Amino acid sequence: MAHHSHEPEVTVLPPDREKIKKLWTVAGILGVITAVEFIIAFTMPHGVLKTSIFVLMTIVKAAYIVGEFMHLRHEVKVLMWSIVLPMVFIIWMLVAFVYEGMKFSEVNFLNFGS
Amino acid sequence: MSSPSSAAHGTSAVSVWDGGSSPLGVSYGKLMMWIFLLSDAFTFSGLLITYGMVRSMHPAYTGSPEAFQFSTQYWPIPEKVYEAIPFFHGLEAPLVFVGLMTFILIMSSVTMVLAVEAGHRMDRIAVQKWMLWTILGGLTFLTCQAWEWTHFIVGTDTPTMKTVFDTVTGLSKQVPITGANLHVNQYGPQDFADFFFFITGFHGFHVFSGVCLNFLIYFRTVTGTYNRRGSYEMVEKVGLYWHFVDLVWVFVFTFFYLV
Repeated sequence: MAHHSHEPEVTVLPPDREKIKKLWTVAGILGVITAVEFIIAFTMPHGVLKTSIFVLMTIVKAAYIVGEFMHLRHEVKVLMWSIVLPMVFIIWMLVAFVYEGMKFSEVNFLNFGS
Repeated sequence: MSSPSSAAHGTSAVSVWDGGSSPLGVSYGKLMMWIFLLSDAFTFSGLLITYGMVRSMHPAYTGSPEAFQFSTQYWPIPEKVYEAIPFFHGLEAPLVFVGLMTFILIMSSVTMVLAVEAGHRMDRIAVQKWMLWTILGGLTFLTCQAWEWTHFIVGTDTPTMKTVFDTVTGLSKQVPITGANLHVNQYGPQDFADFFFFITGFHGFHVFSGVCLNFLIYFRTVTGTYNRRGSYEMVEKVGLYWHFVDLVWVFVFTFFYLV
């Protein structure tokens, strides 16, 4: 290929050890939270409390992925909030609709499954 | 460039309206990727919220996990549905395989962020290395999902009996059901299988597109496109998409396999 002849001179910087260590720490935190989720899955009875703990841990994991891996925590604050705020409303929407579904099943005018 | 300097606004005579500064401190491409990801998050939220609502409309299984049996009358508990692993037929290993899939996807997210870090340093060899690991992680996840779907579709050894109303005789009868598709489901109510296929399928398709994009980035790194351009920002943009795919899986994992 012709472009090999005018390949630009590129200065390769050495690895940023501090940054890489931080990334692996985040990976470790994500791994540990997932492991704890596993333990809870087999030791706690099913119910609202268990579900709430899982949802909370999921949000913590999501915060690490978006904040550190996707670098959003270090972006301009306006950008961060324009992404985070809509998702806060989405969480509210989830809670509202699941509650709605529970009330719906109490009415029980639909006969599922038979 | 990726990080515009705020110094341009200070004492210099150039006003912000003269151009040269990016809104919200990110490049056009990255901002557009963020907006796309937000809209994609809305799509996934729509699917997951509908799943949550429909699930809470169905009766939940209330007995002990040991006595659990599949029935179309109540929503199943996940550790009884997803308990198979490849090559060990009949062995009960609840959630082990999906746990492995989660680990693979998180690891591929880590290798992706390491590729982005290497890109910042213009280290072409390191970008190639980490992109290859990321592609490998994505492909492994996809093959795992293919196996999981196959197992879900084929079903367990013992069929579930379902009460069906016969419109010809006017009587109810019991029919055996094995496996699941969009018409029948041995694991629970029909909606359960439908949502499983739609949500994990939609996510799997995102992983597939992500692997394609990752390969494109790898290819263009190898051919030296980004070196000539003087910036590896494309790695960053596709990296955002790849992390998003990982992020969605975190939610799918919780709502399908844990709760």
